[in-house]
Amino acid sequence: MSSREATRADICALAVAECFRDDGEIMVSAMGTTPSLGARLAKATFAPDLLMTDGYNLLLRRALPLGARPNDDDIEGWMPFGSVFDTLWWGRRHVMMGASQIDQFGNQNIACIGPWERPKAQLLGVRGAPGNTINHVTSYWVPNHNARALVPEVDMVSGVGYDRAASLGSRGGRFHEIRRVISNLGVFDFNTPDRRMRLASLHPGIELQQVIDNTGFELVIPDGGVDTTPVPTPEIVGVLRELDPQGYAQKEVVV
Amino acid sequence: MRDKRMTADEAVSEVTDGMTIGIGGWGSRRKPMSFVRALVRKGVKDLTVVSYGGPDIGILCATGQLKKAVYGFVSLDSIPLEPHFRKARQQGTIEAVELDEGMFLLGLRAAAQRLPFLPTRAGLGSDVLKINPQLKTVKSPYADGEELVAVPALNVDIAFIHMNRADAQGNGQSLGRDPYFDNLFCMAANKAFMSCEKIVSTDELVAGGPLQSLLINRMMVSGVVEAPGGAHFTECPPDYPRDEAFQREYAKTAKDDDAWSAFRAKYLDVSEADYQKAVSS
Repeated sequence: MSSREATRADICALAVAECFRDDGEIMVSAMGTTPSLGARLAKATFAPDLLMTDGYNLLLRRALPLGARPNDDDIEGWMPFGSVFDTLWWGRRHVMMGASQIDQFGNQNIACIGPWERPKAQLLGVRGAPGNTINHVTSYWVPNHNARALVPEVDMVSGVGYDRAASLGSRGGRFHEIRRVISNLGVFDFNTPDRRMRLASLHPGIELQQVIDNTGFELVIPDGGVDTTPVPTPEIVGVLRELDPQGYAQKEVVV
Repeated sequence: MRDKRMTADEAVSEVTDGMTIGIGGWGSRRKPMSFVRALVRKGVKDLTVVSYGGPDIGILCATGQLKKAVYGFVSLDSIPLEPHFRKARQQGTIEAVELDEGMFLLGLRAAAQRLPFLPTRAGLGSDVLKINPQLKTVKSPYADGEELVAVPALNVDIAFIHMNRADAQGNGQSLGRDPYFDNLFCMAANKAFMSCEKIVSTDELVAGGPLQSLLINRMMVSGVVEAPGGAHFTECPPDYPRDEAFQREYAKTAKDDDAWSAFRAKYLDVSEADYQKAVSS
């Protein structure tokens, strides 16, 4: 992976990084390989004020390569789980989670497939998704965009979507925001009057029909043509190679 | 001051069928596994376990001793899904109370503070309220009138925790980088037992780490068990990392009843000393 030519995985990583561009001095919690790489890219380049952990309990002053163990001089603070909960209830956090299922209003499921009472497949459980989505900004990463993942209705609402948040009234849902969904095919947001998922950009080489065919609900397609997701410059690709020398993200993204 | 040293078998002798047990640690991290193994030897049944779950819940699912799991999650960390728990859920052999991880913490805090509930936004709008019909909301009595989830106290009968060091009187020390919530587990319980890697004098305990590592004081625990390797196969830094190879071997036994029987015979239906001998050979 020494080539400076951007791959689909690189485009996804930059799209992830862009989710955190204007977040300022808050904590980023990125679950999974591509979210971790994208968050590190943001911190290493245009969003240096982001706080980031080693995935355990150390706050790190600089973005380290995926899989690297921090040295003492990489540490700037302490973030044990108790402090993570305090931070998320405080709201100074943007999490990017995975989604086994996600629907058109951004309701997300990581808990189980089938009825919760007797699941066909027990997945992660709700974990922190209910608290995250109701307290601070949340984005999602879907490495394999298909109609089994982007569904009309999720089996169990773990992460709260816009229709559910709206039902709580103006106070209950006031900290709820789903910033973006990044998949291997494109970038999606909820910048629509009724907060339905919208195709914001297609990754280069992806056809609109391919996205429509692989989405289990009707996406909002912007009038007047769809943007193309930005391709990282050779310089950015160079940073990505340094942050992921083993090429883990290249293996995660389904092309 | 009382000398609270005892064996794990003496501690679990207080556990009776149908009790609610709190288990400290987090996922596959600093779990009081020697107590879990003692619970298996004792064969106590119909347990409700309250835990940030890992192999503690998995093992008690596999032995059929678990009636109900109350959890924020159940994971082996390096193996994201606890396979024995997963199997129990899919076969419908256990009851489950699945809470958001933060709700779970508030439930422990409420119990520790002897409150009936603590309010939170976590859970609002999600199906956590649907799968937990026992959960109610509460309305702020102030001008905002905000409606919040009232997380009920997670009271437990007996809690088990594992520390790096302790003294004979029940002061306990966590030398790793995360204290988790073991102090709250003790305070949420009617009675708590602490195992540790090594029992030392109070002088050595205080000298062995910064004051903020003295997570447990002696009011919180009724018994102290010296159990070197007592968190195995979960991690117990800085004393030892997770035994990943052993954990993989354990996880594989969920696929096959014979494999589980062999694992159980070799590692669980034996004394703690024989367990430690078997895993170090």
